Amino acid sequence: MLEISNLHAQIDDTQILKGLDLSIKPGEIHAIMGPNGSGKSTLAKVLAGDEAYEVTDGSVTYEGKDLLDMAPEERACEGLFLAFQYPVEIPGVNNTYFLKAALNAIRAHHDEEELDAYEFLALVKEKMALLEMDKSFKSRPVNVGFSGGEKKRNEILQLTVLNPKMAVLDETDSGLDVDALRTVAKGVNSLRDENHSFLVITHYQRLLDYIVPDFVHIMVDGKIARTGDKSLALEVEDKGYTTTQPSAAP
Amino acid sequence: MESRHTMRREPSRTTALPLKLLGLWAVICHKRQSSDGLTGKRTARVLYSWYWPFALGNGCILSRDTIKQDPIVDDVLDATYKYGFVTDVDAESAPPGLNEDIVRFISAKKNEPEFLLEWRLKAFEKWKKMTAPQWAKVSYPEIDYQEICYYSAPKSMEDRPQSLDEVDPKLLETYEKLGIPLAERAALAGVAVDAVFDSVSVATTFKDQLKDVGVIFCSISEAVREHPELVKKYLGSVVPATDNFFTALNSAVFSDGSFVYIPKGVRCPMELSTYFRINAANTGQFERTLIVADEGSYVSYLEGCTAPMRDENQLHAAVVELVALGDAEIKYSTVQNWYPGDENGVGGIYNFVTKRGACRGDNSKISWTQVETGSAITWKYPSVILQGDNSIGEFYSVAVTANYQQADTGTKMVHIGKNTKSTIISKGIAAGHGDQSYRGLVRVQKGAEGARNYTQCDSLLLGDRCGAHTFPYIEVMNSTAQVEHEASTSKVSEDQLFYCRQRGISEEDAISMIVNGFCKEVFRELPMEFAVEAQKLLSVSLEGAVG
Repeated sequence: MLEISNLHAQIDDTQILKGLDLSIKPGEIHAIMGPNGSGKSTLAKVLAGDEAYEVTDGSVTYEGKDLLDMAPEERACEGLFLAFQYPVEIPGVNNTYFLKAALNAIRAHHDEEELDAYEFLALVKEKMALLEMDKSFKSRPVNVGFSGGEKKRNEILQLTVLNPKMAVLDETDSGLDVDALRTVAKGVNSLRDENHSFLVITHYQRLLDYIVPDFVHIMVDGKIARTGDKSLALEVEDKGYTTTQPSAAP
Repeated sequence: MESRHTMRREPSRTTALPLKLLGLWAVICHKRQSSDGLTGKRTARVLYSWYWPFALGNGCILSRDTIKQDPIVDDVLDATYKYGFVTDVDAESAPPGLNEDIVRFISAKKNEPEFLLEWRLKAFEKWKKMTAPQWAKVSYPEIDYQEICYYSAPKSMEDRPQSLDEVDPKLLETYEKLGIPLAERAALAGVAVDAVFDSVSVATTFKDQLKDVGVIFCSISEAVREHPELVKKYLGSVVPATDNFFTALNSAVFSDGSFVYIPKGVRCPMELSTYFRINAANTGQFERTLIVADEGSYVSYLEGCTAPMRDENQLHAAVVELVALGDAEIKYSTVQNWYPGDENGVGGIYNFVTKRGACRGDNSKISWTQVETGSAITWKYPSVILQGDNSIGEFYSVAVTANYQQADTGTKMVHIGKNTKSTIISKGIAAGHGDQSYRGLVRVQKGAEGARNYTQCDSLLLGDRCGAHTFPYIEVMNSTAQVEHEASTSKVSEDQLFYCRQRGISEEDAISMIVNGFCKEVFRELPMEFAVEAQKLLSVSLEGAVG
């Protein structure tokens, strides 16, 4: 599904990713943990195609194609989704309208017919019920005036409606209370099957209680320092990141 | 952002109120929908899709270069004007230059009565002593008024066609290209179109239907012949011939335009529309529009236009006058898409327009809504003189300047009557090297007890080489008045674009979506179909504004 090899990336001449390797197969859930500034969010942005970051070396192959060669919208249309750490506000643009435009753009990319208003609203309604969202979300401008938790929930609504094959969740859990966390996890888990892969970036083991990963990676200074199963997350929670650094590892 | 206030600025109260205009919109929409009950029949609503040919061929999008060094700005320059074609109808033009003979020639050509010739000559005399206004924040090479042709008419117009069948097929073809199915129009549209090709009105339709309720909708030339008393009474009564340099010029040489009279108590059964097009090279167009709504009447008037591609700048100095008597309401909507010049700022229309309405009677209302995407230079301030007590003036505007377009535009609201109200919502969008200024005057005269004004002007910048400026002038001479002014300037951020693109929406669509969101409050004021077209127009105008 996704093959990241020796990835180097920088922003404003500051090297952030320094030779990152990661391989995600269809249906797998990978979690990435790591201290602040280790490059987790940069990885998410680079995967999504943020032009502020420059890839200086390495490769990313997505379903056999060169991901780095694709425009952000192309990546999205091919099924790569990023749940933003800081979702962006778009004044004046209706949330439902935005979502419909996104869905239909993706459908058009696959030569599928646009969903008509009725089908679309039914779909949104179903997903909103799943995520226990108030129906006022439908008519509000995209993320404008949303609380932190509402924004994250909105990201997951978009995730479930757009139904991507490869979803990157960038600290979706930060700023969420336990109930919201559970709801968000419910949305993610509803998509979970052998065709959907996830890369979950988080600071806290807590999220992984609800979205149980197949692999946990510890990222330190721009690359993966250690890889393990779910127990690694518990270990980090217990001992902190320092002990997981290669030099300090037994 | 710059601000300047006049010396007499003394707003009695300035509060930052949230926009709560929804109720007002609802009222307007409701009003517009209600049937008049006078004609006994209700004309079907109209499809305005013929206004912009590209609206029909929405799927065919300009081929564009892909990403350039600066994805947001540079490629505004790549967007070419798609409607630049020229019809080779053999125009019968007056020689270039302006003198008394030309004024007489125009008047004679139109068989005008003596009073009008005198009026024109008087205006011409004044014009000779006037100079073009220099205060607007626009720059352009000096215009040589002796180089301009002041009259041109398609030859076949000498004998006015009595029906569409008699119209020059070339003209029909032009309309065809513009997407106006003239031949099918009667079936398609409930709108009576007073189409202007060059300087002469070609055809006026639905006249009979309008005649039934006493509405007069014709070219101003015809009105001069058929209804001289109305023309004499109202022409120049809102915009005096010598109001400014361009109105004097227009008054001297105006070629044609539309005339509307809605009799007492009549609700015009259809939306009236005019269609402008500039054709012959080097021909200035001097439209003259006069709309009179008698007591208790209502009319909604639409104006829209495109122009063929030209290398030379074309001068357009129109005058629009609106008169609303007691309890009357005029809603005037414009979508303007004239050739803005090429990506280097060469060519394009100079649009120096004076539009003004007078709310003469109590409880009258005039509402201007405009979407301006074209012209190289725009100099335009649709205004309302609120004379009658409780009268209402509104101005809703979206102005786009891309490439090297310049616009100095805004409005004037002059409160004279008691409890008069005005609302100004101005949305400016600048891209490329576009430069635009909002210039608005709110004046509350001494006797205007309880006058209220709310002004909101917002600017949206795309890229880092464009400019937006705000020049509000507020003059309050009555202490009971309440005047509010809000202004904001924002940018379409990279973050917003990236967010949209990450959801699969192309950069162009994202820009268009964000811009349309920004303009929502104005689009809501347009008649429904017009609003849809305006959104598309905006998208097309900003097409190529990104990589």
